[in-house]
Amino acid sequence: MAPEASGLASRVVGALRQAAITGLIAFGLLLPLIGFNTVQNIRNELILETRWPLLAAMVAIIAGGRFLHALLIAPWLARRALRPRPEHAPRARLARWLVPFALGFAIVYPPLALSITGVQGAVKWIDNFGVQILIYVMLGWGLNIVVGLAGLLDLGYVAFYAVGAYSYALLANSFGLSFWILLPIAGCLAAFWGILLGFPVLRLRGDYLAIVTLAFGEIIRLILINWVSVTNGYAGVSGIPRPTFFGIPFNASDEGFAARFGLEFSPIYRTIFLYYVILALALITAAMTVRLRRLPIGRAWEALREDEIACRSLGINTTNTKLTAFAMGAMFAGFAGSFFAARQGFISPESFTFMESAVIVAIVVLGGMGSLIGVAIAAVIMIGGTEIMRELDFLKAIFGTNFDPTQYRMLLFGFAMVLIMVWRPRGLIATREPSTFLNARRALPSRAPQSEETQASLVRERHG
Amino acid sequence: MEVFTQQLINGITLGSIYGLIAIGYTMVFGIIGMVNFAHGDVFMVSAFIALVTLLLVTTWLGIGSFVIALLIVLIVAMLFTSLVNWAIERVAYRPLRGSFRLAPLISAIGMSIFLSNFVQVAQGPRVKSIPPFFNEVIVLMSGNGYDVAVSYKQIVVWIVTAALLLVFWFVVTKTALGRAQRACEQDQKMAALLGIDVDRTVSITFVIAAALAAVAGTMYLMYYGVVSFADGFVPGVKAFTAAVLGGIGSLPGAVLGGLLIGLIETMWSAYFSTDYKDVAAFSILAITMIFLPQGILGRPDVEKV
Amino acid sequence: MSVTSYDAAAAGARPSGSARPSNLAPVLRVEHLSMRFGGLVAINDFSFAARRGDITALIGPNGAGKTTVFNCITGFYKPSEGRIALQFGDPGVWEELSALTERGTRSVTRGDGMLFLLERMPDYLVAHRARVARTFQNIRLFQGMTVLENLLVAQHNSLMWASGFTVLGALGLRSYARAERSAIDKARYWLDRTGLTDRADDPAGELPYGGQRRLEIARAMCTDPVLLCLDEPAAGLNPNESADLGRYLHKIRDEHATSILLIEHDMTVVMEISDYIVVLDHGQKIADGTPDEIRNDPRVIAAYLGVEEEEVAERAIGTQ
Ligand SMILES: Nc1ncnc2c1ncn2[C@@H]1O[C@H](COP(=O)(O)OP(=O)(O)O)[C@@H](O)[C@H]1O
Ligand SMILES: [Mg+2]
Repeated sequence: MAPEASGLASRVVGALRQAAITGLIAFGLLLPLIGFNTVQNIRNELILETRWPLLAAMVAIIAGGRFLHALLIAPWLARRALRPRPEHAPRARLARWLVPFALGFAIVYPPLALSITGVQGAVKWIDNFGVQILIYVMLGWGLNIVVGLAGLLDLGYVAFYAVGAYSYALLANSFGLSFWILLPIAGCLAAFWGILLGFPVLRLRGDYLAIVTLAFGEIIRLILINWVSVTNGYAGVSGIPRPTFFGIPFNASDEGFAARFGLEFSPIYRTIFLYYVILALALITAAMTVRLRRLPIGRAWEALREDEIACRSLGINTTNTKLTAFAMGAMFAGFAGSFFAARQGFISPESFTFMESAVIVAIVVLGGMGSLIGVAIAAVIMIGGTEIMRELDFLKAIFGTNFDPTQYRMLLFGFAMVLIMVWRPRGLIATREPSTFLNARRALPSRAPQSEETQASLVRERHG
Repeated sequence: MEVFTQQLINGITLGSIYGLIAIGYTMVFGIIGMVNFAHGDVFMVSAFIALVTLLLVTTWLGIGSFVIALLIVLIVAMLFTSLVNWAIERVAYRPLRGSFRLAPLISAIGMSIFLSNFVQVAQGPRVKSIPPFFNEVIVLMSGNGYDVAVSYKQIVVWIVTAALLLVFWFVVTKTALGRAQRACEQDQKMAALLGIDVDRTVSITFVIAAALAAVAGTMYLMYYGVVSFADGFVPGVKAFTAAVLGGIGSLPGAVLGGLLIGLIETMWSAYFSTDYKDVAAFSILAITMIFLPQGILGRPDVEKV
Repeated sequence: MSVTSYDAAAAGARPSGSARPSNLAPVLRVEHLSMRFGGLVAINDFSFAARRGDITALIGPNGAGKTTVFNCITGFYKPSEGRIALQFGDPGVWEELSALTERGTRSVTRGDGMLFLLERMPDYLVAHRARVARTFQNIRLFQGMTVLENLLVAQHNSLMWASGFTVLGALGLRSYARAERSAIDKARYWLDRTGLTDRADDPAGELPYGGQRRLEIARAMCTDPVLLCLDEPAAGLNPNESADLGRYLHKIRDEHATSILLIEHDMTVVMEISDYIVVLDHGQKIADGTPDEIRNDPRVIAAYLGVEEEEVAERAIGTQ
């Protein structure tokens, strides 16, 4: 009895000490920018206000969290690490059902939304949630080829999205070509730009490549802003033709979709149509990825991600291999971009900032690099999450009326990126499905006995 | 000629600020081989800390002496920014040593997004401007109806930068800490075997990087008189360009690169158009990385196989 | 560490290949190779030749420059000076060497003979065209990919060709499926050889250390190399595994048209399996010859085999 009690007491004391230290550090970190607020007074002078209660609350939350972590969570994690790892069978079964279920849900989603919320409410649900999320799913899957498979961190992906969008907008406005002709052209143009920009930079080492792609992304955006005669600068391009139902426009005229099919005119038809277009585009991206992974090029991409030097020692032309990944990713961004332009009817450089690239990278990284399901889940959570935040009025009731939850969106994004890297560097879905099997396909790859693994990793440390 | 001289003065001032930030990029890259993407935002945070301190010192404590106020602001900003960067390294980068190779960079990008949005949420999205002060200038020469002047502020920037660079130079070349840093740069495992506390050395590197960024942040705030939450990104990229241009890993290179970038930017604005000023900066970054990846003062890097 | 202070030993070194019978043409000739990293001279005027069908060992103390020689041969480093020539097919093509050198191109063909100047080629072409395969001192597998996938990646170039550079493969053409099956068959052959068949569908990173070493060799062999360069393949293996490795390399030499260039520290392995040994110290050749000659060469004993005595002593303690 006695030793146990004293053990608990010492653990509590230890946890308290850690909590105190953490609280102190948090106080130091938050004091300048949370403790004080710089505001403009009526005379437009900058003055200081204090926010002691807020500061105290945040420090208390952090210290309390640290206390609980030290007292309860850390020992629990340590105990769990000692236990043998549970079988992954349930998770594997879940994954097998998840894909057809998610696919089915995506297909019946518009009628479902329509029947639940009625025509008025459905536009919002199908457009803000459905189409918006699917655009990011598609962008995520496209970037997944570059980052997830080939391991090339591309921080300027949005540039190709912009190339696709502006290609469609400008070509449609000046030549009057239709969406269905311009869609492949926009994709090809984006891929062309991918090759053009990729060629000089793809031999750079990983982090340099990331920065150069960022620079290219910014250059393209700045050109869109400054080349006013073509792009109309900040004001953007408007009046972009909307996609037609294979030639039949979605408008209230007699030639319009509703009239032709004997329906009452409503914007919902266009929304539903757009939904299925982007769903199809996204699925094409996914199918292409699945297909390419089983081909030599896809395996070379993944090998490149694992070890570029080994690839070169096997005679693989790594520049060309990277270039194909880069161009392929850019092409899908181009498709998505021209869809985006057609859906919005208006585009401006605002939509193609570095933050947009960062969001897409975040989706791929959080989802699990290389995993289509993971990327889709991450897109649903992150984009859907932000959209939901807009809807949550009760938060306003708690935090006051000028509380704008969408402000916290990027804050959470950034935080999640750090957290995922620290906690699960391989993302939410970290398992990888082999591209072929020698022996009959097994549900679970058998694991090497623990001792052998540790041995291998120990010896690998050797240098000479 | 007058325009040129004036832009030279402006360019050196701006370049000093970039150089101070660039040292942070170069030091961190040297020691743990990562591009500390969040460093530009650490600079921005430091400018905000300086802003708060400045308001505190002038409006609350009522200190009128410019020199004393500046000294206090500098010291406070350096202390708190160091703490911020120390915490960032502990939380976001240290657990990732030995993880896959892009993990630290992605974490740094996350941190950068977090920091700028944190400041946006905590201090509001509006540009903060401080009342104009200390606006005297010395006219050096005049001709063609154009005065070439150097402002007191610019002189302060030069003096503070030069003084801190001297201190910094002493620390990294003459002290045990500097030796430990160079040892860790060469070979971390070996350094650890020789009894160097690698974790501590890395921490101190981040602290020094932050302190210099804080000097830059304070100078930036004083010189321009405005700061906003978005001011981390572009100066950060430009300072990183400076580090690469000078030769990443080389400390004199960072200062040289900073001055060059500052000069190019001011000259570009004077002689070409300000519209494409940032395009120029980003293009220099891309061109340097592609054609001169080892920079001006860096050593050529043979990939170890 | 001063590299240039060792000129005495180099001055006494034998000229290249003087001790070898000259009835067989070499597969590889390295001539006056030098490699400098800034001020550091890692290799200094190093020459040797490897005969076709031989196992040629490159030995020397740590830091002697052996891995650097490999990196120059395989195109990862551009040598500061020197010529590296590799030949396969009709040996008559060797006569073109000086003409090729002057012409400034990479390779020359005569009949079915091909001659390459490796220092002029980028690394991936050294592997792809000149058919030099290699392993690495610190194993470089595609850790997250399965053992089988590692072996398929090694056959990338032929599979790319068969897949019509992805286009035909993406369309699901029969001919590609056939090519992939035969690639898998080749992989299966090497898996059987290395005893890894059971682990074919496991991630390569999960293999035990010895398995990873064998897989790396199997992966290199899947490229059908003319010359196989192995950088310390026995490092980290236990004596049993080392002995297996020796037999395995003999089999490769005897059953495939592959010559082997080997860096190894384990003297038992080297003495037992090599046909010819080149000794490198401080970037310079100090001796070359048959295992017997090397064993008794006083220079080698002075510079290097002191290490072996310690090793022998360690062995003795280990087996007690
Ligand atoms: N990329 C490089 N940059 C600088 N020095 C190198 C490089 N590669 C090898 N060296 C140096 O060349 C010398 C020989 O190294 P190495 O060839 O690895 O020796 P070995 O394989 O015989 O042990 C060492 O002093 C090493 O530090
Ligand atoms: Mg070696």
